[in-house]
Amino acid sequence: MSAALSISGLSKSFAGVRAIRDLSFEVPKGRTTALIGPNGAGKTTVFNMVSGVYGVDAGRITVNGTDVTHMPSRRRISTGVARSFQNIRLMSHLSVLENLLVGQHVRASSLAALLTPYRLIPNHRWKREARAALAESGLEAYADETVGALPYGVRKRIDLVRATLAGASVLMLDEPAAGLNPSETNALRDHLRALAAKGVTLLVVEHDMHFVDSICENVVVLNFGEKIAEGPLSVVRRDPKVREAYIGTDGED
Amino acid sequence: MSGYLTGVLVVLAFNVMAAYAVYLPMAAGQLNLGIAGFMAIGAYASAFLTNEYGWSMWTAIPLGSGLAGLMGIIIGIPVLRTHGIYLAMATFALGQVISAVFLNLEVVGGAAGYPVSDYASPQVVWAAAAGVVVLMLYISRTRFALCLTAVKSDATVADLLGVSVRGMQVAAFALGAAVAGFGGGLYAHHYNFVEAQHFNVLLSVFTVLYVLFGGTQTVWGPLVGAAFFTLVPELLRASDQWRYAVFAAFIILFMAVRPQGLVTTSLMTLFRRRRVTP
Repeated sequence: MSAALSISGLSKSFAGVRAIRDLSFEVPKGRTTALIGPNGAGKTTVFNMVSGVYGVDAGRITVNGTDVTHMPSRRRISTGVARSFQNIRLMSHLSVLENLLVGQHVRASSLAALLTPYRLIPNHRWKREARAALAESGLEAYADETVGALPYGVRKRIDLVRATLAGASVLMLDEPAAGLNPSETNALRDHLRALAAKGVTLLVVEHDMHFVDSICENVVVLNFGEKIAEGPLSVVRRDPKVREAYIGTDGED
Repeated sequence: MSGYLTGVLVVLAFNVMAAYAVYLPMAAGQLNLGIAGFMAIGAYASAFLTNEYGWSMWTAIPLGSGLAGLMGIIIGIPVLRTHGIYLAMATFALGQVISAVFLNLEVVGGAAGYPVSDYASPQVVWAAAAGVVVLMLYISRTRFALCLTAVKSDATVADLLGVSVRGMQVAAFALGAAVAGFGGGLYAHHYNFVEAQHFNVLLSVFTVLYVLFGGTQTVWGPLVGAAFFTLVPELLRASDQWRYAVFAAFIILFMAVRPQGLVTTSLMTLFRRRRVTP
């Protein structure tokens, strides 16, 4: 099976502290993989390097076969990789629809597209497409609401819809279930399963192991910037190194 | 129409154009405190063309505007590397430098000023200001405006979604400079006289105030801000020497009550809802 995301020999230091050491793993196309580990293990740093927020010290990152290691962050979305942030980064004073339209930018960035007065054209195809994406996720009622006024769980899912509208085939989600109540978690789980069913590859950083267990086929465990285990959760959780890494946090059971 | 009213409305038209020149970069989160410099470029360039080369103002003013826009691109690329207070200082200094250059340029009269031959009537000025407003309304309905808002709200996310943050910022800055140059060119041809001292720091600072006061969230903010700053002091003329104190108190009060400016997105939403529900 080919890899949607492939990381090899990745290293990163901050002021002499090694945040990531010689990390290699692959995320198979169309599968859902979890990146887990105790706090400070370097999970978000990996996301930041893949998305280009941080540069790399050594190693190589490829997305759908394209080497993105030194590609400017802005161009990476066109290779198919998008991400979410731990704290939702939607434009809070814009409407849901407007946020989604920003998500389409990578597919509508020509000068002609930039200067089309889409707001004056009723039912412009961009708006139609965004509304359809919302409807598919059962969120159509929120289309014209201002994002800042919406519940946390809804905003998390709008963040997902925005990434999908960017045409992402590889989605990196940073703690998608954090702070959600049980019904919001269920809605999110259904949403992610629907995306996976469409062939979207997911890489999820998550602390809720029940959630991980319910959606991920594979997990990669990090500790102090190094990979200490990889495989199905049921196998990995019995690994002595993983148990040691989690001692005191009891995040496993 | 009385001469007084005509005069006030002409000033309003110039202030509206200046306000939109500041608004464009501000919509992308960039403060341009040197807008007077770009007005000076448009004013002097167009005046020079009508005076020395006998151009008609109909071609000279757009060309002066284009030159100001081009300077906006050339200067914007290095200057927009700075952020926050440093950008404010850089643009502030830039406005001063441009104004000082014209003050020392003997070919356009230096400190004595530069009389301009062609004349733009009040009607022309009003039509031009209306044109700028229509252009801004159009831009506000495009994806370009949406990108500017995205860059302003969260540059990191905009970048990760593929928006060229620097490209948008430079485009907004240069387009603002072109609008300033356009207003400057009209100013020179309406008053038939340009002097570098007019394009001073106070002009830049006041224009920024119009925009902040009117609000940067919607395209209507600069219009309302410029109108308020132009018309209210006139209405307060009755209170004579106290009018500046009253006006300043007004500003402080409004900024305390509406820190996002008079016209905000939520206010517009409220209006729209009222309109649909009878």
